[in-house]
Amino acid sequence: MGEERRGTSGKRWTSVPRRTFLKAAAASAGAAALGGMPGILHAGQAPAYPKGTRLHLLQWLNFVPAGDKVFLAQAEEFAKQMGVEVQVERIGMNDVRTRATAAIEAKSGPDIILIPNNLPHLFADGLADVSDVAEPLGKEQGGYYNLPRANAFSGGRWIAVPQFVYSWGWNYRESWLREIGYEKFPDTWEGFRDMAKKLKAMGRAVGQAFGHSENDPNNYCYALLWCFGGAEVEKDGKTVVLDKKGTLEAIKYNTALWKEGLDESGLSWDDATNNRAFLAGSLSVTGNSPSIYFVARDKFPDIFKDLNHAPMPKGPAGRFYQLPTLSSAVMKYSKNQKLAREFIRWYMAKPQFEKWFDVMDTFAVPPTKMWYDHPVWVRDRKNVVFRDVIKDSLWPGYAGPPSRKASEAMAKYIIVDMFVKAIQGATPEEALKWGAGELKKIYGA
Amino acid sequence: MPAPAESATPTALPKPAMTRLAAIGLGRFRRASRTERREWLLALILLTPALVMLGLFVAYPFVRGIWLGLLDSVVGREGDFVGLRNYVKLWNDDIFRRAAANTFIYTGFATSLKLTLGMIVALMLNNLIGWKRILRASMLLPWIVPTVLSTLAWKWMFDPTFSIVNWILYHLGFIRLRIDWLGGPVMAMGSVILVNVWRGTPFFAITLLAGLQTINPDVYEAASIDGANPWQRFWRVTWPLLMPVTTVVMLFSVIQTFADFQLVYILTGGGPANSTHLFATYAYQIGVATGKLGEGAAASLAMFPFLFLVVIFQLWYIRRGEGGRGSA
Repeated sequence: MGEERRGTSGKRWTSVPRRTFLKAAAASAGAAALGGMPGILHAGQAPAYPKGTRLHLLQWLNFVPAGDKVFLAQAEEFAKQMGVEVQVERIGMNDVRTRATAAIEAKSGPDIILIPNNLPHLFADGLADVSDVAEPLGKEQGGYYNLPRANAFSGGRWIAVPQFVYSWGWNYRESWLREIGYEKFPDTWEGFRDMAKKLKAMGRAVGQAFGHSENDPNNYCYALLWCFGGAEVEKDGKTVVLDKKGTLEAIKYNTALWKEGLDESGLSWDDATNNRAFLAGSLSVTGNSPSIYFVARDKFPDIFKDLNHAPMPKGPAGRFYQLPTLSSAVMKYSKNQKLAREFIRWYMAKPQFEKWFDVMDTFAVPPTKMWYDHPVWVRDRKNVVFRDVIKDSLWPGYAGPPSRKASEAMAKYIIVDMFVKAIQGATPEEALKWGAGELKKIYGA
Repeated sequence: MPAPAESATPTALPKPAMTRLAAIGLGRFRRASRTERREWLLALILLTPALVMLGLFVAYPFVRGIWLGLLDSVVGREGDFVGLRNYVKLWNDDIFRRAAANTFIYTGFATSLKLTLGMIVALMLNNLIGWKRILRASMLLPWIVPTVLSTLAWKWMFDPTFSIVNWILYHLGFIRLRIDWLGGPVMAMGSVILVNVWRGTPFFAITLLAGLQTINPDVYEAASIDGANPWQRFWRVTWPLLMPVTTVVMLFSVIQTFADFQLVYILTGGGPANSTHLFATYAYQIGVATGKLGEGAAASLAMFPFLFLVVIFQLWYIRRGEGGRGSA
């Protein structure tokens, strides 16, 4: 068994002891003939990786700790079978970007980095081609959904293998909605506005973050933009089309919603503020993954009983989501690229991934379509809504292809800040002009 | 053609000078030269570690940064030489101009407030009779606690839902609605300045206190005999005599505050809507968050001219002081 310890910076590490296997060369040949990890397991022997080979993984600190435990157990199993060490390092998601940048520039560091959102496009030059892993995996598992593919596919090659997409929904207090006459969560943005207005009048505002934070502000603002028919660029990925009626309508709607129904401290919120406020009973509704639900299940039974989830309301253009995605990238500088590929292939294969997916308990939406009918989705009626979110998801930089420029616009919070400017007093037209101008600087460069 | 024997002597001095050297002993002169050489060698050996450290950790990153600012480098790609294009692009960037203005506002307000509060605290401590050691030690706490930790604590204190500051103000009857400390552009900037002042005041106070303790009490006594009131004693005696210390502390603080990063990054991330971005945080956003290393380096180096002027002034002021003391 491996041991878990903490490094000096508080990072969690798990080291798996090295195993030496006899007849390594023969097993390697057998594995190659049978194809990857299944072949290795079939042979019951390890391939020939040099003694002392260590695979270093950099991952985010999971919001569902049980998922980490399963992953680590699988890493140990892999290490045992392959006769190598697997080291799993975990850091906060917001720090992954910095670590990946430093590693690529120094050409040294983790072999595999779990990269969030559309950042693989920023790091494309430093990532190895993993088409040989991603492509067959997609075919075996019913094909990829659009969003995970968009975030991990660039220039005709896979630059990362999608691991999962965060599920997302509106968390709401059923009894509080009933008090204002809503038996069901509204299905349109107009209904949402009416609901929010009535809730705020009772001192139970809807909570939404608009600060400079990786997930929540982007998830909401991009989705709202798309629901009202707005988009950043044309399909060519170059022509900025933000300055259109749909965007203007979205800004007007949000500014009115802010005054009438949203908690007016949201401009400074980060990804965790709404979780805390909802669990403290300050909010009636907030958009989030089911992490609020899981914490309530463990620690706030009264809120847990009253909490339910709802999908994104429909706008004039439809219902859309922007969801955080995590993809496993093999670093180009890595000397263990073959082993890294084997590892990704191993844990994304059905037997391993299913165990992890099961304990993640609807928090993680698999990137492929094979999992749509899995029993996990219907285990709790309140979480069924998360199964469909990925089908309606789009990617930053829509309607163009995903790109480095789209990543840059997202990292600079252009769309979020466009909505914020209107909240802060700029006219919707001024805010739109600013946003379009900033996008033109990025896409025109 | 061989040079004349006279001009080939090592010193090539005129004859009268050679004569004088002979009088004091040329051999002795040669021995002194060897000693000098040994001293130079020793000095070089002793200086080498410092030079290597400076070269590796100061000169190389600096030169590399300048070079990077002239490339269109992105993460994983070295990039091509683009001259000053990155700087031109920054100049036309509204957010950068906002960050530049923010940096001057942040530095101006924070440094002035730190000086005012630091001076008040130093004067109080200087006149205290008891509890001096405990008060001085506790006053230094904000300065010695790691900035990341203390700023995280402030973030909690500014939390819209759980702010202890709001809770206290509400229960004391000062506010009826919660204050959104980091929500609006003015409040957010005010809040980050507040945290910077809280953290930096002890540095001013302890340094000014050291300066105050070097002032001869006789000067105050003489001023009192001449009828000077407390304000006049401060303004005519303390302030001028403390000016050298004050200037140096101010310059150090300006440099540190101008290049501040951690505090804003943790509290606001530059938001809302870029209203609290400083040079350093925006350079980080460009260089790391968006992967444009060349532009990020350029944004970072944009601080350099101002900081360079401050350092020049600081060095000039210190040398002037040294010169003044030397001639006195």
